Amino acid sequence: MTKFLVLTRHDSELDVPPMDQWDPADMTAHLEYLTRLNDELAAKGELVEMNALAAPELAKTVSADGRSTPVITDGPFPEAKEVLAGYQLLDVESEERALEIAALVSSAPGPDGVPLRQRIEVRQVMWSRSDEM
Amino acid sequence: MTTPDALEDLLRELAPQVLGVVIRRYGDFVLAEDAVQEALIAATTHWRRDGVPENPRGWLLQTAGHKLTDIHRSEQARRRRENSATVDAGLDAGPEAADTDDTLRLLFLCCHPALTPASAVALTLRAVGGLTTAEIARAFLVPEATMAQRISRAKQTLAGETFGMPSSDERAQRLLAVLKVLYLMFNEGYAATAGDDLVRVDLATEATRLTRMLAAAVPGDGEVTGLLALMLLTDARRPARTGPVGELVPLAEQHRSLWNREQIAEGVVLVTRAMAGGVVGEYQLQAAIAAAHDTASSAEQTDWKQILRLYGLLAKVVDSPVVTLNRAVAAAMVHGPAVGLELLEPLDEQLKGSYRLDAVRGHLYEMLGDDERAAEHFRRAARRTTSLPEQRYLTGKAALRRR
Repeated sequence: MTKFLVLTRHDSELDVPPMDQWDPADMTAHLEYLTRLNDELAAKGELVEMNALAAPELAKTVSADGRSTPVITDGPFPEAKEVLAGYQLLDVESEERALEIAALVSSAPGPDGVPLRQRIEVRQVMWSRSDEM
Repeated sequence: MTTPDALEDLLRELAPQVLGVVIRRYGDFVLAEDAVQEALIAATTHWRRDGVPENPRGWLLQTAGHKLTDIHRSEQARRRRENSATVDAGLDAGPEAADTDDTLRLLFLCCHPALTPASAVALTLRAVGGLTTAEIARAFLVPEATMAQRISRAKQTLAGETFGMPSSDERAQRLLAVLKVLYLMFNEGYAATAGDDLVRVDLATEATRLTRMLAAAVPGDGEVTGLLALMLLTDARRPARTGPVGELVPLAEQHRSLWNREQIAEGVVLVTRAMAGGVVGEYQLQAAIAAAHDTASSAEQTDWKQILRLYGLLAKVVDSPVVTLNRAVAAAMVHGPAVGLELLEPLDEQLKGSYRLDAVRGHLYEMLGDDERAAEHFRRAARRTTSLPEQRYLTGKAALRRR
């Protein structure tokens, strides 16, 4: 079994308005789709963890040299086109399976039920702390 | 006084025997397995406190019987169904045969072709190995809930299966599936090098124990014996395989005095006996290769001609790019690095993006004295590996060649 991190981003290149401007029914359909997907993955023992992140407006960026007061700024870099929206940590049989799941995330319905086709990044986990679980 | 380790060993040895009896009496693998798991957990608590009972197997059978009744009752309550038969809790110890065939039947069931390899490994560890879900979860570094789901899904997949011996036509095929699952389990343990954690179940040791049980159930099978030999001969080198800070030590640089001599001796006897049987399969050949390494008194004394010959035979049995890769290394040791590099050429397509191919090329260019190319391949391999110790090792090799 191999662990993969599946990263979903707010993608401003997509021709879709931010979710707070969606029709509430579309938003419900989108969230239901993802909930169902995560439930299925959990039931199969493939989902280790899943977290959606709060809006990037709430993010802080920290930079420190270890001695003086850290510099804290609001948000991620303003020029960033993509910011992390959430992630799933999978533990699956193969990379193929991780990519298959990523495709299911990518095709979650957007406005009017049209698949979003978000670009999902899949990264293999290299090393885990062993005393946590 | 029984030490916790001896208690665990006893429980794990009894686990498949007890499960076999419970399934044969009640016919339901899914519920029987739950009941036995609960009985094992109860035994750990009670026996540790009160000591091991006179008849531990009988105690487990009786407790499993009670648990099964509880499970049936709660199932019934849940379904609000009345008049359904309850299981008689009187599972006495009885003189019933503790039959090695039960272990074999269980292995056939848990390594069923309908399961994915990872599910089969997890289920085998629980049902045959007698490990708890929590222990299996820790071994795979996933939360217990994730592992519980995986095992429960695997059991549901097997719900309709009978607890019998496969037909003689099917048997050879099914035995190969069992061997593959045990081999995967061993490799999963052997590859895991984050080994500072003593609470983690050692999958390599567990796979070896289960293969030993299988070998007792099917004595005289060359491939089963071969796989057991392969595990012993590979695991024998484990103490020398990592350095003081977890860094990887390649075979040629290992301190052979750290190798486990007892395991090597047993492995050599087993592989010799297996290969005398005539039909030689992939596990026997891999074991023979491991034996050739293990019995060399130094890296220089290694009989590479013999190893190359064995890889030639192995390539006829399994045509895999990984075999070709290893064969190329052996060929380089016998005929020089240029020959090895030539053998690697067809692998560019088959092993595209694999760090192993880059690492082997690095070593062969190093042998040729082409430091620049060696460094380039080591660097690329370091970027592509997904193992931290290997990355450290390869980065070190690249830095050394750049000097």
